[in-house]
Amino acid sequence: MRGMVLRRLLLLVLTWLVSGGALAELKIEITRGQGEAVPIAVVPFGWTGDGAAPYDIAGVVANDLARSGRFQPIPERDMLQKPTTGAAIDFADWRILDTQVIVVGQILPVGADSFTLEFRVFDVFRGEQLLGFRMPSERDQLRATAHRISDMIFEKLTGIPGVAATRIAYVNVVGDPRQPVYRLVVADADGENARVMLESLQPIMSPAWSPDGRNLAYVSFENGGSQVFVQSLRSGARKRVSARRGINSAPSWSPDGKRLALTLSRGDGNLDVYTLEIATQVLTRLTDWPSIETEPNWSADGEQVYFTSDRTGGPQIYKIPAAGGRPERVTFEGSYNARPRVSPDGKRMVVVHNDRGNYRIAVVDLERAYLQILTDGNLDESPSFAPNGQVIIYAAREGARGVLSLVSVDGRVAQRVAATDGEVREPAWSPFPVN
Amino acid sequence: MKQWSKGIAFGAMALILAGCAGKSGTATDDEFGSESGSAGGALSWPDDEGGADGSAMPIGDDRASVVMNDRIVYFAYDSAELDDGSIEILKQHGRYLADNPGETVRLEGHADERGSREYNIGLGERRAVAVQSMLLIHGAAPEQLVTVSYGEERPASLGTGDEVWALNRRVELAYAR
Repeated sequence: MRGMVLRRLLLLVLTWLVSGGALAELKIEITRGQGEAVPIAVVPFGWTGDGAAPYDIAGVVANDLARSGRFQPIPERDMLQKPTTGAAIDFADWRILDTQVIVVGQILPVGADSFTLEFRVFDVFRGEQLLGFRMPSERDQLRATAHRISDMIFEKLTGIPGVAATRIAYVNVVGDPRQPVYRLVVADADGENARVMLESLQPIMSPAWSPDGRNLAYVSFENGGSQVFVQSLRSGARKRVSARRGINSAPSWSPDGKRLALTLSRGDGNLDVYTLEIATQVLTRLTDWPSIETEPNWSADGEQVYFTSDRTGGPQIYKIPAAGGRPERVTFEGSYNARPRVSPDGKRMVVVHNDRGNYRIAVVDLERAYLQILTDGNLDESPSFAPNGQVIIYAAREGARGVLSLVSVDGRVAQRVAATDGEVREPAWSPFPVN
Repeated sequence: MKQWSKGIAFGAMALILAGCAGKSGTATDDEFGSESGSAGGALSWPDDEGGADGSAMPIGDDRASVVMNDRIVYFAYDSAELDDGSIEILKQHGRYLADNPGETVRLEGHADERGSREYNIGLGERRAVAVQSMLLIHGAAPEQLVTVSYGEERPASLGTGDEVWALNRRVELAYAR
């Protein structure tokens, strides 16, 4: 009875937080490797209406492009002119600055809260337009539209889809470390716009995005032990999908969004990997070994489930057909490889790897079984691929505090993401938004 | 309206806090007696020489002192093996549970912060199960025991380094009352 009352109150907390809770945001700075970044000028957008411009579109775009590690925006103070149309660009001025690409644009008023945005991208050396678009945007969508513009520019210039319009989920731990408050947070990929999905005095773990980006599965200890929940991002409504005896943990979605792979101990203390059809609650056991089998992750084509097992002593990565079958060992390098996440193209996998006593993020080429260490921390964990497969976000330790970091898949560019409040852990990068 | 819901939020938080407060009963405090775990020492009555106005001495619970004092067993890195000291402690708990069938205990397994979080949930569970097996051997009944693993999510000691990690690789025996 008391439990029920508590649960109801907890839900009230959630409703309040989901409806109104803005919170401390993340700050991202590049810490390694801008050497080969392309100099780009994103000129402040013109505004043809009255008063101040409704949004700093160029600022958001420049930030997004800088965060990709492939572009280096030139500071506004170095700009010799500030054209807002192609006709106004004096290319000679920009060649002096060694700028290779210039972005110009303007915001045109349509109604009180609606605008038209237009932008053009030019190759400075050839003086040719590479890209030009005009698009409508409501006032409250200006930031999202700026991210879309970033992604259009990024894809045009690199041939790779951009991730500025995607999001990240993470666990934020705040308050007195002896009685911490756990929050499940979803923010834009640039750390802004953070919203609390769930707040609890018991641990929250292992957020995982549904393939359509509309739901998060995660583990919550709010009822005493670990249980798996699925929560809608839009409505905040949530459903408990696994509360079996013992451990219910490590959810991972199938690419069709119908099933979760997860870890259960079923009361006998032996962790194994199962699949659960969410709508029907039909449970299928995938592994049956006396060792620890956990951290399942579905391959992009849905055929295989990768997982961690310590059947040979230390943890190593294995895979098993999602329909059931014989497991096959995947990693052989080193004594500790855990928590696999397969890249969106299925060619690579990131893991937590013990590198002479330091826990670091490594990427494994699945075709050639080649392992490369990407990070240099000593307690790095929870790697997650960006949906374009180019960047990995992971949790690191900075002093006693957990922070998030980004590293490019080739290890060349690294960035640090600091929370302004408490510690952050277990980042999970969303899929591309479904239009 | 917003003020109102905020009030509810903090009220709920306080309630939840109160609900959890009773759980971390790991009576290692010195007030229960000497570190050696013997029933003598600080628990003995002051004798006559103190006179009638001798100050009152706090006394501990009169259940077996090991059961009161030693409610945490520790483990080596990546191991769920119980050492001789832990086995001795668990023997006492097992006998106590056999003698007191109304008691129940939650076995909370933990890991240090190194490595991946979900694998550490597995390590914590493996440790809790090792403790469960030992208690069953020494007379506890299965229905008196429940295991839960917190992995690295609830460290006993904050910070980092070998000493901190050693304190965090543990199983806590949390009696229900």
